[in-house]
Amino acid sequence: MPGKNFARREIRPGFLQKNPKEAEPEKEVQLKDKVPAKDKDKDRDKDKEHKDKQPLNSPAWERVLLARHVERPHALDFIGALCGEFVELHGDRHYGDDAALVGGIASFEGRTVVVLGHQKGRNTKENITRNFGMPRAEGYRKARRLMLHAAKFKLPLLSFIDTPGAYPGKESEERGVALAIAENIMELCRLPVSVIALVTGEGGSGGALAIGVADRMLMLENSVYSVASPEGSAAILWRDASQAPAAAEAMKITAPDLHRFGIIDEVIPEPPGGGHTDRLALMATVREVLNQHLNELEQRYTNQGEAGVRAMLDARYEKYRKIGQWAELSNFSEN
Amino acid sequence: MKELFKRTPRQGEAEQKAAGAKQKAEAEANGPQPKFTWNKSHGAADAGSPQGKQEEREKPVAHSEIPDNLWTRCTACKELIYTKEFENNKKVCHKCNHHARLTARERLAFLVDENSFEETNAGLITGDPLLFTSLTEASYPDKAAETRRKSGVNEALTTGFAQIQGLPVGVAVCDFGFLGGSMGSVFGEKLVRLVEEAVRRDCPVLTISASGGARMHEGMFSLMQMAKTTASLNRLGEAGLPHISLLTDPCTGGVFASYASVADVILAEPGALIGFAGPRVIEQITKQKLPAGFQTAEFLLENGMIDQVVPRKELNTTIACLLKLYRVAATRRNNISANQLQQEVSHAW
Repeated sequence: MPGKNFARREIRPGFLQKNPKEAEPEKEVQLKDKVPAKDKDKDRDKDKEHKDKQPLNSPAWERVLLARHVERPHALDFIGALCGEFVELHGDRHYGDDAALVGGIASFEGRTVVVLGHQKGRNTKENITRNFGMPRAEGYRKARRLMLHAAKFKLPLLSFIDTPGAYPGKESEERGVALAIAENIMELCRLPVSVIALVTGEGGSGGALAIGVADRMLMLENSVYSVASPEGSAAILWRDASQAPAAAEAMKITAPDLHRFGIIDEVIPEPPGGGHTDRLALMATVREVLNQHLNELEQRYTNQGEAGVRAMLDARYEKYRKIGQWAELSNFSEN
Repeated sequence: MKELFKRTPRQGEAEQKAAGAKQKAEAEANGPQPKFTWNKSHGAADAGSPQGKQEEREKPVAHSEIPDNLWTRCTACKELIYTKEFENNKKVCHKCNHHARLTARERLAFLVDENSFEETNAGLITGDPLLFTSLTEASYPDKAAETRRKSGVNEALTTGFAQIQGLPVGVAVCDFGFLGGSMGSVFGEKLVRLVEEAVRRDCPVLTISASGGARMHEGMFSLMQMAKTTASLNRLGEAGLPHISLLTDPCTGGVFASYASVADVILAEPGALIGFAGPRVIEQITKQKLPAGFQTAEFLLENGMIDQVVPRKELNTTIACLLKLYRVAATRRNNISANQLQQEVSHAW
């Protein structure tokens, strides 16, 4: 079975040029600090020599910068704007509470739902508390507890993804962050309630997937979702984190690209200039799209009793089952 | 040579035994055969050095009359070991007990019953879903083709059905030599196909992981394989079949954070590096100094993340024991008569 060949297509150039107040240099500095970059010192020297090589007009990189924009709404902003009531639930009941991953029980368009989301900060102090939106194992175990909570009371799960990735620190390893992520993925594969995940900013690797296996996978127009951060990818591929813009292009991490690949279900348009420029408009669109998908899932599956739930889980399985591209050698002594 | 995509219907133990005996007789009649039913490239590679380049590099300056690969240097303690002895000891150093990395082929040779491995989906090769543009290296398809040529396997994961002490099991083995054992579309697809077939055959699954994580060249397609493989193992669990995961050196990133960690039993080889992020990344980001033995199999055991650290020479026994226990439980659940049960496992007890 020959794999599909996806046509190359130019991504629509971003709107950054129209928006000169974008404080790019400042952001760069901020990024560099939290970037899982290799060899910072080495990079500093390399930075100069690579500056010329960097693509001047990289639409994907522009979107990365927009996705990380400090004014961009975060999970609690979305929950606050979309949900009438919200009771935050804390703690994983095993070890601690992780402020980088928030969640609780809320009302959304007349329903009771469970919400989950990565929470970043807006200043240094907040970012230290929120750990730059990088959850540790306890964050993911709290998320799992809330998933089970949703299953118990048959509440739809809404998940807002915005993380550079799970926190790669010593304590993460000690408490088994990888196992926590794996367990979450497993739990989401069999969760008997409808799950909608929305990437609002950065979707970073397994740390995003751990709350992002869903019946409907949505992305905001200027969000990105990648297997590793552009800096991390560049470091792994070319041993040079400063090539992040090139990696952002090569890895095809923007919402339109991923929609084209069939990995996400819908791209939610943002106001011109990015979601942060007109929050009211953004929230109205998000509310409408989420409501529409929830309605559809309810009608098709969760209102149909046990059989409906089974059908939903089968559809979720098939959705992920078919992702991938390969060729089959009939005679496998290719060389 | 056996058919590759052979779909053997489920057979009774007696029939299987008979088939095995028949196979053996055939094998004897045909003279010496390679251990497994590999494809041609494997067979050819079998004649040469199984370890390939690494060993050539490591061998001491040899006298022209001394055959190649007579001696192997342990990568940990630098001790010179007689290669034959090293291989008889399943590539574990006599002196320092260092467990050397194995190719998928070696791993199977050391673990499963002789002549029992039946490979599945060996012909799947990777596409180029992103039309990946690299700054430095050859295109992704070229790189993959070159790796296929060098390694003698078509993908970082080898899958198939085998027996361990006569007990049937679906096996998926990573090959770290193939692009760092990284998980891309083909890796995921092969694993899922194996698991789905295992459900059809009512057969437990053993995954043996050695991987750097997701394959960068396939971007989000790789990340989605984490969900895809985990989802399939959920179905295995729903069918009441066990998944045993063996973590070997090194096992990090997306593989450790997905299917390898959702097993009913997680085993690891001594000294294996197992973690979410690599030690270098942790030190760079957090500026924390990592203690000795951080992220080793023993470290995970101590922190309650895995079930056992099992030396390579005991793996066969331990896994066979687990398979036996689950099989007895399953047969009892299915209300099979004591007589039948006795027959099923008698040879193994």
